Amino acid sequence: MDKVIMAQNLTLAYSNNETIINQINFSVDSGSFVFITGASGSGKSTLLKSIFGALKPKQGSLIVGGVELKGVSSSKLNFLRRHIGIVFQDYKLVKEWSIEKNIMLPLIINGYDKSVTQNQVETLLKHVRLKHQAGKYPLELSGGEQQRVAMARALAHNPILILADEPTGNLDDYSSQLIWNLLEGANSQLKTTVIVVTHHIPESLGVEYKHFHIEYGSIHEVN
Amino acid sequence: MKSIRNHLSLVIALLSILFSMQIFIIVDRSIDAYKENLANNYAVVIVSQKRLSDEVVLGINKLIASSGELTADSVIERLNSGMDKKNIEFLKLTLPKFYKLKLDHYPTPQEVITLKKDLLKNSSITKIEDFSHNHDTTYKLLLLFKGVVSVFALSIFVVTTLLIFKELRIWQFKHSERMSIMGLFGAPVWLRSAVLFRLSIVDAFIASIFAFGLFSYIATNAWILKQFESIDISVVIFNPIDDFVLLLGVAISLSILLASFIVLGHKEEV
Repeated sequence: MDKVIMAQNLTLAYSNNETIINQINFSVDSGSFVFITGASGSGKSTLLKSIFGALKPKQGSLIVGGVELKGVSSSKLNFLRRHIGIVFQDYKLVKEWSIEKNIMLPLIINGYDKSVTQNQVETLLKHVRLKHQAGKYPLELSGGEQQRVAMARALAHNPILILADEPTGNLDDYSSQLIWNLLEGANSQLKTTVIVVTHHIPESLGVEYKHFHIEYGSIHEVN
Repeated sequence: MKSIRNHLSLVIALLSILFSMQIFIIVDRSIDAYKENLANNYAVVIVSQKRLSDEVVLGINKLIASSGELTADSVIERLNSGMDKKNIEFLKLTLPKFYKLKLDHYPTPQEVITLKKDLLKNSSITKIEDFSHNHDTTYKLLLLFKGVVSVFALSIFVVTTLLIFKELRIWQFKHSERMSIMGLFGAPVWLRSAVLFRLSIVDAFIASIFAFGLFSYIATNAWILKQFESIDISVVIFNPIDDFVLLLGVAISLSILLASFIVLGHKEEV
């Protein structure tokens, strides 16, 4: 099976040289569903940041979608990011844009046709049950609704990889369930690789998944 | 309302730059026109023992545009009390020749010195009156005026450029979140900063149009035209095509340059 992520002797550190992840080895198969767990401050979000190139490896190698991220050029990194969908715990929606335009963002960046963009956004708004809110702005929505918008944005351009950083952290049951359903759907129907950083793995997940746990800068697979 | 306020601060700063630039252009044109006027009225008078042909005089220095002999009749008329005709004719022959030299342009003091040296190389020329004292004073006054206006225009340019830079920094803070989010989804730098460039170019257009209106009004204002007429010079205050293109070019270039600095200085935040 193809590997979408391959890390070899990967060390991650912040600018103050504090090592967060120390010489880890792991890989993620294309089309798989992966959970990364760990205590607060263990480095799971840092690892996620490094996967989309926001933090460069200090040592070792990290290959994502065939792109080596150590010393990657900004144009190559942009190319890679155009094939990744990201969901943040704090949503990262553009406040001055409507919900509709926020979901359109990856489609605009990827140069999709206007009609395709419009259809895709309408479909996604239906999936996240926010069709009636399309013209509203992020700050007019609840936290759960904003996270559903972020989810729709992550799915909009049919990415090869979805990265979600505690996507249901502060959400109500209804929104949480909707988010999990969307991630399951993307994985099972579109064969999108999904990596979720979380404290709690949902009990009733309808897909097979791998579970990595980070502790003291090391990673190990939990069976 | 908020959007108008956002634009206004940059438009006003750009307008001040364009205003000071056009004022400098007008002063420069006025000084050139005034110098031309002075050159027309300015002449050097030389005294020669022998008659000098036009070719000889024009060949002395390139600055000399034309020469004309001054008749001695007025001098002789004053002495003509009881002198007989024969003596008057003799006097006419023995009196030195006076020539009035018109110059090609209004000379600098250095050019006047060189001209005098060249004229004195001709052995028959015995005296030169260059009215250098008056000339020096007028010339220095013009230079001083131009210098003061240049310093003033440059100061406005520097101060307003800093203001624009500051304003664009505020924009950057406003747009940095959006730019970072776009970066997370792989937007290239030009796409992330497109809004910044679009806003600054739009503001450059608005400022240029305001400057166009302002100077079109000034160029047709009767009081201002009368002032130029009173010092006997004719100046193009504002050329609606050439000057507008220049102002627009400066405004757009400056906006793009400053926006580029801001974009290059932007750091991604996650």
